[in-house]
Amino acid sequence: MRKKFKINIYKESTAGILFTLPFTIGFLLFLVVPLGISLYYAFCDYNILSPAVFTGLKNFQTMLKDNLFWKSLQVTFFYAVVSVPLKLAFALLVAVLFLKTSKASAIYRAVYYLPSIIGGSVAVSILWKRMFAMDGTINRLLQGIGLNVNIAWLGNTDTAIWTLIILTVWQFGSSMLIFLSSLKQIPSSFYEAATVDGAGKWKQFVSITLPLLTPTIFFNLVMQMINALLAFTQCFIITQGQPLNSTLFYMVHMYNQTFVSYNAGYGAALAWVMILIVGTVTGLLFATKKRWVYDGGF
Amino acid sequence: MMRKKTLKKTIYYVIVTVIGFAMIYPLLWMIMSSFKDTNTIFVTAGSLIPEEFTLNNYVNGWKGFAGITFGRFFSNSLFISVVATIGTIVSSSLVAFGFSRCRFPGKKILFAGVLLSMMVPAQVLMVPQYLWYQKLGWIGSYLPLIVPYCFAIQGFFVYLMVNFMDGIPKELDEAAKIDGCSYFGIYRWILLPLSVPAMVTAGIFSFMWRWDDFLSALLYVNQAEQYPACLALKLFSDPGSSSDYGAMFAMAAVSLIPIVLIFIFFQKYLVEGISTSGLKG
Repeated sequence: MRKKFKINIYKESTAGILFTLPFTIGFLLFLVVPLGISLYYAFCDYNILSPAVFTGLKNFQTMLKDNLFWKSLQVTFFYAVVSVPLKLAFALLVAVLFLKTSKASAIYRAVYYLPSIIGGSVAVSILWKRMFAMDGTINRLLQGIGLNVNIAWLGNTDTAIWTLIILTVWQFGSSMLIFLSSLKQIPSSFYEAATVDGAGKWKQFVSITLPLLTPTIFFNLVMQMINALLAFTQCFIITQGQPLNSTLFYMVHMYNQTFVSYNAGYGAALAWVMILIVGTVTGLLFATKKRWVYDGGF
Repeated sequence: MMRKKTLKKTIYYVIVTVIGFAMIYPLLWMIMSSFKDTNTIFVTAGSLIPEEFTLNNYVNGWKGFAGITFGRFFSNSLFISVVATIGTIVSSSLVAFGFSRCRFPGKKILFAGVLLSMMVPAQVLMVPQYLWYQKLGWIGSYLPLIVPYCFAIQGFFVYLMVNFMDGIPKELDEAAKIDGCSYFGIYRWILLPLSVPAMVTAGIFSFMWRWDDFLSALLYVNQAEQYPACLALKLFSDPGSSSDYGAMFAMAAVSLIPIVLIFIFFQKYLVEGISTSGLKG
């Protein structure tokens, strides 16, 4: 008699493999395989329509000479380095404001983080574009308080990037919530002891709150930094990288190369360079962690 | 002393209210503008209250473009978001159960895969996944917008549920095991009902992300009648296709309704999801 192959679902290891099977398949099919294929295409001349031709390092050599590549890197890093600290500073400031709990503060808190819930939507990007238009509400409001301004915010190479930065900072709500939940965990006895010792509010903030919050600041910093480097939708809808590529985000450049110019091989190379950049930035942040992040308990 | 305290309180509320008003001003402007006559929106951009209250923008906007109404676009969005969200919840909870309750060879490596899938952001996968789906012949269909999510590909949700299930006492399933319950039985009758809160959190975030997923729609959906609302809105707002800003604001406002409803009714889950697991809002 042939021994029948039977899956014993009562066996722990079999059950474990079966239960996690969806992820195993998904991980291979939608993450590992696409990344693998694109790694190959990064070394190819490929325009999606005709078969890929292996060209070695040519895409990377093109990149070094691609002015828009350098421009987009510069724009993206400027955006990330300016918007992320501003966003976190705002988030922390407002979180401290909201620490005193009252009945009203739940409603206020909701108002403050609503923008970060809806901020990624197309609707908000369209809204932003109209707000900063010549005849938009921003100019009108500034005129309303007596300033004689009529600025084409989105048409000026100096101001266009700032409209995107403001949009990012406006969405500080989710970082604020994270800060708020860490702030609540700091024992009040610390502050009581400091008050007895005669430390003022500011001194308490600098010597107690900030150091104990450093793990949370670090977490927020890493998350927001990665998000900022990969920003796409807002730039794509609001400025399209214009004027004069002054707001050309890396991701938009990659999109244009792949789906507008059909340089899919080059696009894949750009994607892989971004993966390396994100990895490096995260690695660097982690390398500085020991110097300023408090990792003891309290 | 009393007076000083009241003064302090007043200053506090003034500051909080002023910043709060500035925070929601853009949204107020959008909603109010959608009720203004479309020709007066930018003339009166400095004031919020419409001089004449009109619903015309909603009527005109709903007509959509190319003979397809926004009703169609919204039901497309709803279909994609609901199916992908159900797929996410079911698959993530199955996978989470496997990680939380079973020991099996390769578990550690696979869990490292979960963490990796959390860290590789969707945007850098844009080109790689497009090239792969193109090979599979999935371009121009909803498949890339739905199928991957039915395979628990978002590590965040798996991680969230594993943490939640780890907090459920193992004594419960030991007892069931002695009574002859299979692993699937334990999942179905014990862990699944108990992990509803985690599933609600995952479901809310999944739905919001899918509803707002402009990038995938842009890449994979070709035909106008298949457009989800976010993509339709983008084309609607492109210069040339329409200069009816009133209608645009009206449809933008409508497209935010599902998210705002979630925000109102599931605030507790949202706040918890963001502050405990760092899920991006």
